[in-house]
Amino acid sequence: MATTPTRDGPPPVVTDDQLAAMHDDPRFVDLKRRLFRFIVPATIGFLAWYLLYVLLSAYARDFMGTVVFGNINVALLLGLGQFVSTFGIAWAYSRYTSRNYDPQATELHDAVHYGEDAR
Amino acid sequence: MNLLAQQTETGRTLTFALFLLMVAATLVITVWARKHTRDATDFHSGGRGFKPWQNGFAIASDYMSAASFLGIAGIIALSGYDGFLYSIGFLVAWLVALLLVAELLRNSGRFTMADVLSFRMRQRPVRTAAAISTMSVSIFYLLAQMVGAGALIALLLGIKEGETFLGMDADVASNVGIVFVGLLMILYVALGGMKGTTWVQIVQAIVLLGGAALLALLVLAQYGFNISDLLGDAASSSAAGASFLEPGQRYGVEVAGDATQTMWNKLDLISLGLALVLGTAGLPHILIRFYTVPDSKSARKSVNWGIGLIGSFYLLTLVLGFGAAAMVGAEAITAQNPAGNTAAPQLAQEAGEAFGGSTVGAVLLAIIASAAFAAILSTVAGLVIASSSSLAHDLYNSVIRRGAATDREEVVVAKIAAIGVGIVAIVLAIFAQTLNVAFLVALAFAVAASANLPTLLLSLFWKRFNTAGAVWGIYGGLISAVGLVIFSPVFSSTERSLLGEGVDIAWFPMSNPGLVSIPLGLICAVVGTLMSSESRPDRFATLQVRALTGAGSERAVGH
Repeated sequence: MATTPTRDGPPPVVTDDQLAAMHDDPRFVDLKRRLFRFIVPATIGFLAWYLLYVLLSAYARDFMGTVVFGNINVALLLGLGQFVSTFGIAWAYSRYTSRNYDPQATELHDAVHYGEDAR
Repeated sequence: MNLLAQQTETGRTLTFALFLLMVAATLVITVWARKHTRDATDFHSGGRGFKPWQNGFAIASDYMSAASFLGIAGIIALSGYDGFLYSIGFLVAWLVALLLVAELLRNSGRFTMADVLSFRMRQRPVRTAAAISTMSVSIFYLLAQMVGAGALIALLLGIKEGETFLGMDADVASNVGIVFVGLLMILYVALGGMKGTTWVQIVQAIVLLGGAALLALLVLAQYGFNISDLLGDAASSSAAGASFLEPGQRYGVEVAGDATQTMWNKLDLISLGLALVLGTAGLPHILIRFYTVPDSKSARKSVNWGIGLIGSFYLLTLVLGFGAAAMVGAEAITAQNPAGNTAAPQLAQEAGEAFGGSTVGAVLLAIIASAAFAAILSTVAGLVIASSSSLAHDLYNSVIRRGAATDREEVVVAKIAAIGVGIVAIVLAIFAQTLNVAFLVALAFAVAASANLPTLLLSLFWKRFNTAGAVWGIYGGLISAVGLVIFSPVFSSTERSLLGEGVDIAWFPMSNPGLVSIPLGLICAVVGTLMSSESRPDRFATLQVRALTGAGSERAVGH
C-alpha cells in the first residue's frame, strides 16, 4: 500500500524530470533572483576592491607608504582592510542567506521531494 | 650567527620525538578510519557526515601548506610588506569559493570536480580533461611541497654540511625526508581514505595554529604588544629601512633606468594577484572538501570556519615574518636558507631563548618544526586524495569502464591510484631536489584559475555551455598557463631559472602567466561552446534546480 511520504528518514528519490520541471516555477525564478541579488554585487565589489589594492601596490607606492601613525602606513591599513572586508562579506552573506534564501530553498526542496501537499 | 647549526643534540632529539609523537597519533587515527571506511562515499567524501567546524579545520589544513607558513613568513622576513600582499590574495580568494562555488558544487556533484563539469555534457571527453587538469594542478603543488619537505627536515634537524644525525648527512636526510613524507601521505590516504585524512588534517591544523599562535604571542610580548614598535624594529634591522614596510621590495620591483622591465615587473605583480584570488576556488583538493558535509548549508558554514582560521593564521604569519626580520635578521636567515624558509623556526629558537633560556628555545623550535611538518603533511595528503579520487572516479570508472565499475572496484582502484601517485611524487621530488621549484605553487594556482574556475562557473551559470566549451576551456587554460611558464624567465635565461642561465627560450617576460592565461582559458571556453551546436536546456534546468535547492543532492550515509 502506498504511504504518504513523511519527513522521517531519507527523502524519496526524485527523477531528473521532476527537478527540471521546477526550473520554470515562478518560485524558483524568485529563488534565483534572491541568490543573484547578493552574490553578483558582492563579487563585483570584493574583486574591484582587491584589484584596486593590487593596483595601488603596483603603481601608487608613495601613497601606500604614507605614514598614518607610528610605523603604521597606508599599505598596512589597506591590507588589514582586505581582511576586514573578507570577514565582513562572509558574515553578511551568511546573514542574508539564512533570512532571505534558506527558507525559500528548503520550501522548494521539499516541494520537489514530497510534493506540494505533504507538509 | 647561525642559530640552527648550534642546535644541541638534545634539541634535535626533542624535535625528533615531537615529530614521532605526531606521526604516531595520526597513524592511530588512520587505522581507526580504515575500520569505518566501507564504500566509495566513505573513501572519497568521508561519508559526508563531517560537522562544519571539522571540515573548516580540514579546509584550513589543506590550504595552510609549507608555502603559506614558512614561505610567507620567510618572504615577509626578507622582503617585508610583499609577503603580506601574497597572503591577502590567498585569503580574499575564499570569497570566490564561498559566494560562487562551495554550496552549488556540494548540491550538484558527488565525489569530484568533474561531476559538476560533466553534469550536462558528454561524460568521457569532459571527465578526461578534468582528470588531466586535476592531476596537473595536484602534481605541481605536490612536487613543490615535497622538495621543500626534504630540505626542511634536514634543516630543522639542524644537519649542516659535514655533520650527521643518526648517521645521516644533509643529503641523505633530505632524501629520507622526502621518502618519509611520501610514505606517510600514502598511508593516510590509502588506508584512511577521506575519513582518516580529514581527522589527520584536523589534528594537524590544531598543531599548526597552536604553534603559530604561541610563537606570535611570545614575539608580541617582547614588544609589549605594540605592533608599531615591532614594525619599526623590523624596518630598521632591514637593509631597506622604511620601504621595508611598503610594497615593491620583491614584486613589481622598479628597475632604475629600465622602464620596460619595470612595466613587466608591475604587470607580473597584477598577474600573480589575479592567479591567487581566482585560483583557490579551482583547486581540486579544496573543491572535494565541500562533499564531506551533509548539505550546502554546512558547506557554507565550513567555508566560514575556513575563512576565520585562515585569516587568523595569516595575521599570525605577519607577526612571525616581521618578528623574524627584527629579532633574527636577514643575514642570519639567508645564511641558513637563501629563500627564507627557515625564518619561522629560527625565530622560535630566538624568541624562546629571549623568553626563558636555551631550553625554552629548543622546546619552541621543536614545536614550530612539528607545526611546519604538520603543514606539509596535511597539504600533500589532501592533494593525493584529490588525485586518486579523480583517477578512480573520473578516469577509471567513467572513462575506461563507462560507469560500469562497482563501488568496491572504484575504492580498490582509488587506493592503488593513491599509492601510484605517491610513488611518482616521491621519485620526481628526489630528482627535482637540486632544481629551483618554488614557482610550482604559483603555477598550480594559475592553472586552477585558468582551466578550472572558468569552466566550473560557466557550467553552473551559462545555459548554452556544452561539451566542446568545457573541453576547450580546460585544455586552453591548462596549455596556456603551463606553456607561458615554459617560455618565461622562471624556466630559462637567468641564474635562478629551472634550466639555469645556459638555456634561453624565454620570450614571455612575466613569471606569472595568469594575466594572459586566465582570459585565454575563458575565451577558449566561450569560443568552443559557440562552435558546437550541442545544447541541452533540460539538463541545465535539472542542474540549476539541484544546485540551488539541494533537491536530489547526495545524502550523508548513516552506518
